[in-house]
Amino acid sequence: MTQTPEPRFIPGENYLNKEKTLASWLFTHDHKRIALLYLISITFFFLIGSVAAVLMRTELMFPHGEFFTSTTYNKLFTLHGVIMVWFFLIPSIPNVLGNFLIPIMIGARDMAFPRLNLISWYVFMFGGLFALASIILGGVDTGWTFYTPYSSTYSNGWVIAMAVGIFINGFSSIFTGLNFIVTIHKLRAPGMTWFRLPLFVWTLYSTSLIFVLATPVLAITLTLVALERGFGIGIFDPRIGGDPLLFQHLFWFYSHPAVYIMILPAMGVVSELIAAFSRKPIFGYNFIVYASLGIAFLGFLVWGHHMFVSGQSIYAGMIFSLLSFFVAVPSAIKVFNWTATLYKGHITFDAPLLYAFSFIALFTIGGMTGLMLASLAVDVHVTQTYFIVAHFHYIMVGGAVMAYLGGIHYWFPKITGRMYPEMLARWAAVFLFIGFNLAFFPQFILGYMGMPRRYHVYPEEFQLLNIISTSGLPLLGIGYFLPLTYLGWSAFFGRLAGPNPWDAPGLEWQIPSPPPSENFACIPIVTRKPYGYDPPPDTHEPEESPEESHVR
Amino acid sequence: MTFALLPYEDSSYATSVDAIFLSLLLLCSAISLAVFAVIIFFCIRYRKGSGADRTHYPSEARQIGIELTWIVIPFIIFVGLFIWAGNVYYEMFSPPRDGLAIYVIGKQWMWKIEHPGGQREINQLHIPANRNIVLTLTSQDVIHDFDVPAFRIKHDVLPGRYVRMWFKATKPGTYHLFCGQYCGDFHSQMAGSVIVMSDIDYAAWLQKDHDTPETLAAEGSRYFHSLGCSGCHENSQVVHAPSLNGLYQQPVPLQSGQIVVANDDYLRDSILQPSKNVPAGYQPIMPSFQGIVSEEQIIALIAYIKSQRTTEPPNPGSAHDPNP
Amino acid sequence: MSAKAEAPTDLLNFPFKEAGHQRESALFGMWIFLATEVLFFGGMFTAYMVYRYSHWQAFAEAGAHQEWYLGCLNTVVLLTSGFTMALAVEFARKGQRAWLLLLFAVTWLLGAAFLGIEGCEYHTKFTEHLVPGSGFHFTGSDPSSSELFFVLYFTMTGMHMFHMFVGLMLILFLGGWSWLSPRALLTPNPFEVLGLYWAFVDIVWLFLYPLFYLVHPQ
Repeated sequence: MTQTPEPRFIPGENYLNKEKTLASWLFTHDHKRIALLYLISITFFFLIGSVAAVLMRTELMFPHGEFFTSTTYNKLFTLHGVIMVWFFLIPSIPNVLGNFLIPIMIGARDMAFPRLNLISWYVFMFGGLFALASIILGGVDTGWTFYTPYSSTYSNGWVIAMAVGIFINGFSSIFTGLNFIVTIHKLRAPGMTWFRLPLFVWTLYSTSLIFVLATPVLAITLTLVALERGFGIGIFDPRIGGDPLLFQHLFWFYSHPAVYIMILPAMGVVSELIAAFSRKPIFGYNFIVYASLGIAFLGFLVWGHHMFVSGQSIYAGMIFSLLSFFVAVPSAIKVFNWTATLYKGHITFDAPLLYAFSFIALFTIGGMTGLMLASLAVDVHVTQTYFIVAHFHYIMVGGAVMAYLGGIHYWFPKITGRMYPEMLARWAAVFLFIGFNLAFFPQFILGYMGMPRRYHVYPEEFQLLNIISTSGLPLLGIGYFLPLTYLGWSAFFGRLAGPNPWDAPGLEWQIPSPPPSENFACIPIVTRKPYGYDPPPDTHEPEESPEESHVR
Repeated sequence: MTFALLPYEDSSYATSVDAIFLSLLLLCSAISLAVFAVIIFFCIRYRKGSGADRTHYPSEARQIGIELTWIVIPFIIFVGLFIWAGNVYYEMFSPPRDGLAIYVIGKQWMWKIEHPGGQREINQLHIPANRNIVLTLTSQDVIHDFDVPAFRIKHDVLPGRYVRMWFKATKPGTYHLFCGQYCGDFHSQMAGSVIVMSDIDYAAWLQKDHDTPETLAAEGSRYFHSLGCSGCHENSQVVHAPSLNGLYQQPVPLQSGQIVVANDDYLRDSILQPSKNVPAGYQPIMPSFQGIVSEEQIIALIAYIKSQRTTEPPNPGSAHDPNP
Repeated sequence: MSAKAEAPTDLLNFPFKEAGHQRESALFGMWIFLATEVLFFGGMFTAYMVYRYSHWQAFAEAGAHQEWYLGCLNTVVLLTSGFTMALAVEFARKGQRAWLLLLFAVTWLLGAAFLGIEGCEYHTKFTEHLVPGSGFHFTGSDPSSSELFFVLYFTMTGMHMFHMFVGLMLILFLGGWSWLSPRALLTPNPFEVLGLYWAFVDIVWLFLYPLFYLVHPQ
């Protein structure tokens, strides 16, 4: 502890203090500021989605419905799904961490199309406006899956408004994906070859491929539903010769890859965190690269596993089941590789690593239940039950949200120039982990026992497990509330972090915290592989040049 | 948890499903716990500042060998799981030909069940134990799902189409029936029971608990005549219309050259959209009965046509039909 | 090599430092956008394929009502406009403004003609009660499946028309900019990107035409 007082203000000009007017934020082209705009927006939507969850779980403590009508309950779970999927999870890591870090990690000054980047945020907000309007006007009760003919003919909610909101939101995804792909292809610094890219960039590249190829199918599917609903024309309506199953095929053709949009970036974050906190290169870098691309590709081939009891051909079901088992392999590779990375490392247990471990534990459980769902005979029993609800929450919350928080903590010093309080962060991670398991593990049991999902009222024998599930919410709430407050406080008043508080080797850690607007004083020349900690001794491979990546 | 064991020939259906699930649970728990244990072990041993030996790191070749091991072994296990579960699924979705045929109509927000003997039920299904039950289901409006967790079976129920599901209950009792596909406001209230009875009790129930003495086929015969079908299809001298005797489940060559099987969907389409699949050698002169017949009437008519079976099905060898 | 490689730096968008680099990136970005469009139309093509397979008789009967000669004319018009657009882009690359503007005008007129002819077809359908919805009336073996044909017809050609309309607006915009600003032709990127877009819209039509106009009962 020095005798001189610690500096309170960050010296020098950076992307935060360069211009401070509202206009400079709302019309920025700087990818770092756009990332923060997204951060604020998705946090707002996350709060809305969480309120719906709290209301639902409170209601579910009672088997006969205490506070809401069935219609209101149905609108709540629809709201929860739509907001959380499209307005929180899908944009979370790509549009916040991806936007902030990709140009820096590849040694560029910005994205290839900075104005398109800003437009994507406005498009996102515009879509959000429609979604919120649909909720305020009275809500939608179709579920986030919009199955026809309920959504196209029978539902009394504001389906078209919501469909428009999601459609517009989809373009935000498409523009983001397009920008990322071109940026990663075209703006890498000299010497930054593909196999020197950090794994975070690789997973975001794979995610972007899904963004641009899957999202348009959602767009046209929602358009067709809106047309059917608006004009009474039958595309999915069997009364006029349409096929409701066609909707499901088109919908899931997008929505299955969408779940890989949600998990691949999270896996990229976890790769970075494990490497950083074991102070070692990731084990099996090449395999993780191919696994990421493999997940993106195979993810397009398995959509029918959401439809095993839908009336689709059982032979189609078998093909989808086999392919679903295949797509589990690359994810397994990653989990094993992360574990192996810890071997002979120098591990420190800072909060980001705790989040990474949370991810590994919960994603493994979620992924294992995915194997159960890929098994046709078991899926018939548990599909459309709380088993499915638990499965996807383990992946999306236990996995993606944990990784998102881990990444936010890890890169917080780079984004703000300040550190967060470490002990508080560790406690928050623990609360989140315990609260999450309490809330969602009982749902696996409920599902196998037969409790269907989207049920407002249920048989009394399921009540105890429902109460246990709801009891996890206060801990979850603490786990979310704590970071919201201490990160918010630390952004302005935290201890100064310096350029590299983690002593990590990535390009982002070679520039000041917070970075200057143009990222690099001079574009770096890259000469070494990523995760360039001192190479482990006693291997039989020639070492790369030990020179630091130097600037010109 | 209520279990109904459904032994079918040499394999059980619910117990098969549970066996797969339990095996998966054990396998996945074992692997997960192993991974967690290794992580915890590494965290303790290789925490920063520990004196553990960090030299002799595996070579590149060794690393690739390790990688391939944990790619190939899971892959083989997965294919094995796929085959096991796929087989049970195939049986679960292949209704036997000799089942007791019961019709179900789902609508917002109730289940209407029609027994071949004419008995009707709402939200309840009385069945005898130890017999194959084959349900033919359709929806009057949106997609529903006939979900009986105790039997480990469910199937979406679609509008405009028939789907089939089957089971064989062995233990008398009352089991939950749920709607398993979100269908609107009162989706969660669209529940009922499947009541499995011993043969004696079932026979008694058949006698006493129905409000019409007419079998489904007899009811269908009534509609067949009152709606005018018999005018053309029953030995008409004036109109050349296909005979329906022994038609059910027989191949029908169409005008277009295709050959289709006269199953429930075909019969339903022929009543509602007769010009769609005109049999070879006939003119498309049959009027449509869309809007004139209800789903219940169509089911009765189909039951009647089924009862007009004058010959045995040509292939009694395979008792299970994967293509209903 | 033309002088386009050394475009003035204020036509370079941050973060690009070289015109060639920017050009490659812009074109690459456009190709990716076109990939998304393929998937977008692809959903509708899938619906068409599924329904045509299961209701081919009804589709053939519906197809007999199509004015195939107008579709054929439209194909000629659109393909010609593709040619004139390609020429326009070439002249933009060479910096020849007068020719560029002339060819843009021709392309625009051809595109507008396409929309006009299609508009006439829509009108005819309206008078023949072939517009899906409450006013639809069709005599055939399976009227509701034939209605599906027209649902897909209007949706897919309608989407295509919307894309054409956007293309026409872009031609006006770029043409106007070229006319008013002498510096517009110093970088060919916007014209090449528009050329790609226009070619794509052309290609979509080449698939729509046989699917909707060359379907006949046997």
